[in-house]
Amino acid sequence: MSGASDRRRAEPQGRSGGVNRPRNRSARGETHLWVVQRLTAMLLAIAVLVHLVMIVTAVRGGLSAAEILSRTRGNEAWLVFYVAFALAAGLHGAIGLRNIAAETIGLRGRRADLAWVAAGLVTAGFGIRAAIGLYA
Amino acid sequence: MDLRPRSHPTYLAFVVHRVSGLLLALFLPLHFWALGTAISGEARLDGLLRWTENPIAKAAETVLVVLLAAHLAGGLRVLALEFLGWRSRQKDMVAVSAGIALLFGLVFLLNVV
Repeated sequence: MSGASDRRRAEPQGRSGGVNRPRNRSARGETHLWVVQRLTAMLLAIAVLVHLVMIVTAVRGGLSAAEILSRTRGNEAWLVFYVAFALAAGLHGAIGLRNIAAETIGLRGRRADLAWVAAGLVTAGFGIRAAIGLYA
Repeated sequence: MDLRPRSHPTYLAFVVHRVSGLLLALFLPLHFWALGTAISGEARLDGLLRWTENPIAKAAETVLVVLLAAHLAGGLRVLALEFLGWRSRQKDMVAVSAGIALLFGLVFLLNVV
């Protein structure tokens, strides 16, 4: 009995104290990643649909660099679209890989999360470089 | 071992969503890097596009289109489930998702061959 009551008394202290702080931070980080994953999913739902329609229509009769660049060169709307697309895809993919790695090989923790976010940003950087190349 | 939950179409949808996501996420940096490098000149980009004219590249592109469409359609089902509470007719939604993925693949194949 006394053990249970001790635990009850100790719980609020534990929550605000140092022992559980890493767990709270980890839960907060988990929530942030979940929100980013869902927000990027919503953005990607539109972007991927546009991209797919573009792919299946543009390949008709063959693709050429001149044809692609005539559509994208100096076009700010496509630049904004592709930059947002690349950023969302890079982050969405990296968080997805992070979730799979955590579930399958147990790769977890703050360092791993930071590494995945960095990988996502590097991937997005490659995409943004390509988007600028299409625009400039 | 009880395999009943895994025989449900939504489990298959989960596997398709996960595998397509994994393959797309691994392909994405390569795709962006290759495109970013090729885009530095019109001739280089034409060179990359000519390289993709071979049947193996076309088959791989078709698989990628199907994977992307499957991940999109499956993702929309998950978003509808989580944010709109659309829990009924899940089997139908899985079937529609598969139909959308195959439709994009077929249209791509018809246009590219």
